[in-house]
Amino acid sequence: MQLGKGFKMLAATAATLAVFASAPAAAEQVVKLGFAAPLTGPQSHYGEDMRNGLTLALEEANAQKIQLNGKTARFELISKDDQADPRTAVQVAQQIVDEGVQGILGHFNSGTTIPASSVYNGEGLPQIAMATSPEYTAQGFDTTFRMMTSDTQQGAAAGEFIVKDLGAKTVALIDDRTAYGQGLADQVAKAVEVHGGKIVAREYTTDKANDFTAILTNIRSKNPDVIFFGGLDAQSGPMRRQMVRLGIKAPLMSGEMTRSDTFLKLAGEDSEGTYASLAGVPLQQMAAGTKFEEAYKKRFNKSPGVYAPYAYDGAWNMITAMKEAGSSKPADYLPKLRSLQRSGATSESIAYDEKGDLKEISVTIYQVKGGKWEMIKTMVSNAN
Amino acid sequence: MDILLQQLINGVTVGSVYALVALGYTMVYGIIGLINFAHGDVVMVGAMVATSIVLALVGADPTGVSAWVAVGSALLLAMPVCMALGWTAERFAYRPLRRAPRLAALITAIGISIIIQNVAMMVWGRNYLSFPHIIEARVFSIGDARISILQIIIIVAAAAIMSGLTLLVHRTRLGTAMRATAQNREVAGLMGVNINTVISAAFVIGSLLAAVAGVMVAAYYGVAQYTMGFILGLKAFTAAVLGGIGNLAGAMLGGLLLGIIESLGAGYIGDLTNGFFGSNYQDVFSFIVLILVLVFRPSGLLGERVGDRA
Repeated sequence: MQLGKGFKMLAATAATLAVFASAPAAAEQVVKLGFAAPLTGPQSHYGEDMRNGLTLALEEANAQKIQLNGKTARFELISKDDQADPRTAVQVAQQIVDEGVQGILGHFNSGTTIPASSVYNGEGLPQIAMATSPEYTAQGFDTTFRMMTSDTQQGAAAGEFIVKDLGAKTVALIDDRTAYGQGLADQVAKAVEVHGGKIVAREYTTDKANDFTAILTNIRSKNPDVIFFGGLDAQSGPMRRQMVRLGIKAPLMSGEMTRSDTFLKLAGEDSEGTYASLAGVPLQQMAAGTKFEEAYKKRFNKSPGVYAPYAYDGAWNMITAMKEAGSSKPADYLPKLRSLQRSGATSESIAYDEKGDLKEISVTIYQVKGGKWEMIKTMVSNAN
Repeated sequence: MDILLQQLINGVTVGSVYALVALGYTMVYGIIGLINFAHGDVVMVGAMVATSIVLALVGADPTGVSAWVAVGSALLLAMPVCMALGWTAERFAYRPLRRAPRLAALITAIGISIIIQNVAMMVWGRNYLSFPHIIEARVFSIGDARISILQIIIIVAAAAIMSGLTLLVHRTRLGTAMRATAQNREVAGLMGVNINTVISAAFVIGSLLAAVAGVMVAAYYGVAQYTMGFILGLKAFTAAVLGGIGNLAGAMLGGLLLGIIESLGAGYIGDLTNGFFGSNYQDVFSFIVLILVLVFRPSGLLGERVGDRA
């Protein structure tokens, strides 16, 4: 009768668990927020960075005992791994919806956010994503919002900087064929041509490659003044080293994914002189930014990455909208998110336009000097 | 002309690494007919161990340790770790399945690959490790083409190791036993060959080459991360198939060819097709070559036509 005994124990355990599960404080209400990003695979360091930023915001919000629907809200992050893969993204989007979430703080990549956004839109769930691809907010959905600038905004600023400030006449472009890399490179190309520069080479790689010598050798023969790369730091780091090894004198410029400590580590001394653009103004220039940096270091025992502050602000945007509406129901707080006006860690004026893009569009250009990213110039992007 | 030379240098360097990894695939396949998909992850472990050692030695005191001591001790530690890993995988995962259908062993190999990746993720985290620039200082110029001391070391070391392996397989008792086991496991056993030892040896030697390849990849690209083994393993597997899987010389030839094809493909495809195809088709290019080879020589460039023993 071993089986019977085991079964009884199992039933008892299940009963105990059920008691624990149904015993939260009476006046507390759990508000589930969905999150998905690459948590495994080559881009998992970005996903972790983003999740930490969100976690910090939700923990702060829980400590404030915000009243929603007449009860104290306890925010909970439903975290899923989309592996930076568009197909997986749609599957986890459905799982997140099935968990009964009230809003979405993700995904990370443009390539995953765009297909997943139609799942969330079908459920009327507001979504604030890290995606920078212009298509994300151009689908005609009323639920799509951004944590960062769009590629149109960043690309316009980067392209203008390349031609006007660096005085480049010829530019070579490389992208990693992801929605992000390709989109950014396209926008930079457009801006370079608008300002009178010429694109002399357009080469491609993947977001998993680490050998760029073949395409760089090709680019070397075209002798461009600047090389722009749309893609990840895991590629731009080795790429910069290979540029130096091949004797290419032109500087490398890239988007915000490259403005990371990982790039500095991977490119080592060769990183010197590399440019990168990043949305907003430096954390150190903002009171809330400095506070965020300290809190992050205390909580996670390391410095925040590129994306953590934007994730933190994104989470607070959603929580603030809920607070103003006094409700966590998507239909109630969506109008408040639309009309949001607040000051965060990355910008003093966070507000959304009718598409869900951020209205304030300052872009800061950084350069590696003495092994550190130093601010060169903050510019206001004219494109939108 | 300088561009062609530069592309050849690039291609031969990468190809040498592919060849070393491909040898690990081909040795195991030649002897037990298993495609060991975990082999790429053994390379990754080699790269991660080596990078950690170099970081620990150089990071503590950048001037105290010479580059050669750092890389040497990294290599000396990465090799036994990878060999132990290869031996363990064979002993506990593949040996119990030796008489099972091939599919079971293949799926186990994929499982081992996932386990190694996840353990590596737990040990080293998700961040990219950076291999310090310690042996890349000198670059030689031939016309406009440039070759760094590190590239020369990779090419020379790979060539030396491959010659050593060829000698081992054709001139020693162990090599004879390996060739005998590859021809017919049962009969070799009846002739007094300890086939368990021979199969273990194939895994251990393959893992040794993987460790060396791992150190080379980490030093050459300056990057090591727990997912790096997958693509590298796939490329090396392609190289092994291109050369004729199961054939040692084939793996070496396939590795070098794949490296050169990739490099020339990415370099010239745009000019050859007048910009119609760009470097976005570089992988397509190498797979077209693979398909063509398989169509006209189904067992690979140097593979022998043998009946299916299974």
